[in-house]
Amino acid sequence: MNMPASLRMRRPLFPATPLALIGAAIVGFWIIVTLAGPSIAPYDPGAIVDPDVFGSISAQFPLGTDYLGRDMLSRVLVGARYTVALALAAAVLASTTGTLLGLFAAVRGGWVDASMSRALDALISIPSKMFALMMVASFGSSVPLLVLTAALSFMPGAYRIARALAVNVQALDFVQAARSRGEGLRYIACVEVLPNIIRPVLADFGLRFVFTVLLLSGLSFLSLGVQPPDADWGSLVRENIGGLAEGAPAVLMPALAIATLTIGVNLLIDNLRGRRGKGM
Amino acid sequence: MNKTMAKLLVSRIAMAVLTLFIVSIVVFAITNLLPGDAAEESLGQAATPETVAALRAQFGLDQPAPVRYARWLTHIVQGDAGVSLVSGQAITELIGKRLPNSLVLAGATALVSVPLALTLGILSAMYRGSLFDRGMNMLAVSLVSVPEFLIATLAVLLFAVKLRWLSALSHTADIATLGQFLRAYAMPVFTLCCVIVAQMARMTRAAVIDQLRAPYVEMARLKGAGPVRIVLSHALPNAVGPIANAVALSLSYLLGGVLIVESIFNYPGIANLMIDAVTTRDIPLVQACSLIFCSAYLLLVMLADICAIASNPRLRNP
Repeated sequence: MNMPASLRMRRPLFPATPLALIGAAIVGFWIIVTLAGPSIAPYDPGAIVDPDVFGSISAQFPLGTDYLGRDMLSRVLVGARYTVALALAAAVLASTTGTLLGLFAAVRGGWVDASMSRALDALISIPSKMFALMMVASFGSSVPLLVLTAALSFMPGAYRIARALAVNVQALDFVQAARSRGEGLRYIACVEVLPNIIRPVLADFGLRFVFTVLLLSGLSFLSLGVQPPDADWGSLVRENIGGLAEGAPAVLMPALAIATLTIGVNLLIDNLRGRRGKGM
Repeated sequence: MNKTMAKLLVSRIAMAVLTLFIVSIVVFAITNLLPGDAAEESLGQAATPETVAALRAQFGLDQPAPVRYARWLTHIVQGDAGVSLVSGQAITELIGKRLPNSLVLAGATALVSVPLALTLGILSAMYRGSLFDRGMNMLAVSLVSVPEFLIATLAVLLFAVKLRWLSALSHTADIATLGQFLRAYAMPVFTLCCVIVAQMARMTRAAVIDQLRAPYVEMARLKGAGPVRIVLSHALPNAVGPIANAVALSLSYLLGGVLIVESIFNYPGIANLMIDAVTTRDIPLVQACSLIFCSAYLLLVMLADICAIASNPRLRNP
């Protein structure tokens, strides 16, 4: 296998290409909204403020109103908490455990590696949405369950990536040198291997975050995720789906919010990975 | 077919069967962890300790989990998935009615998406770095990262609400002509294609480019081969394995997309059946549907592996 370019030369961790900056700006925007959402919402998200339902975009209601006449902007701002924060929690959980286990398996090798890889391969053979549906069917839907479900379903992927990268790195001379120096497993994993795989691992974390957002909002869209009265962006699309025939902004706006968030993250990590494919 | 390859293929198939077995354990474990059980569920208000105990004995729920698992698995393997808790119908019958619909939907999607994705992927690998490639890449990134229901709602908004070409719901009952078929399937298939074409094209592009960076391609270029010849007769044969892998893996993404698409278009397929089962917590039906989906997924992944083995010249002629 060819050595990835990132191993041969040291590059800054965050190259500031224009696309990466746009991505970072979008992600930053949504993080601020998540933190400040409830306090900058113009109305109470649960209050019926418009006698019209499925109101269109106006100065008073910048994103229109929903199927009960509630302000969509406020509902999207408050819903960010569920979409962004839940996904972030789940993705951090999935990536950290996956990466640590993967590093450990690669550095330890032998039967530990083999049995861990086989077990997690079995988990990976359950598509994430299937797994989530089974969890919801068995345990009912709640916020901790959703986070746990998403973390469990995306952890094996993070493990696989981290392990594959670490196996490549730990075959290199400087790791062999550390081994023959008699360094411990933890030292080799954290000091020799981890810094050399951190870039792709971070990019992979972004990807896990996107997967989680899509999984959780998909579940909410099926009315099986975040339960009323709370609503994430997926639930907002679902509860307003009746306005689709009128082309109400209430259906599209939350879906677009998800799209901008996930595209933003993707822009960021795509440029974090470096421009593969360009120049040979 | 030589010995090495036969051995590899057999081991892959054995691995898939083993994985399916482990998956079935996971499915059973998840759906049986809760203390509340089918007996209490189905009695509801009428549950007294005596009736629950009687029904538990009747369902065999008073036995330890491994015994119940073994019995459940033998029944499933024999084609008896039990009875739906909600409707009381046989699950095999329920699934039998819905499965063909889902297969038609998946088949139609594969038929449209695979040739499209391969063409787009190979073209953008050939002209990598060009405006076309960058545009395709942007489009692919956007499509991969937006939720399926956004694509579906946009499709409904455009084709059913604004242009009035198609109806928003799919009616599979009254399909007699090709035109009716196309009208009913256009939007679900369009949505599913958007979901997987992007993925497939991207992976195809990566596979071809991976080959284009190999030393033998540089050799071919030094010998004066043109870009079309390099891609089609040098790189592509070596990229078939990764591409077949990409196709099978992308098709397995279909399983997730199908859930959303069948739900939004109210399509009478097995994914919708499963969503209803989850909503009503009809556990036996959920188990059966998950096993079907997981087997389909495993089958596709196994096919991906086999394609990779079969196209590897070093394994074919050792």
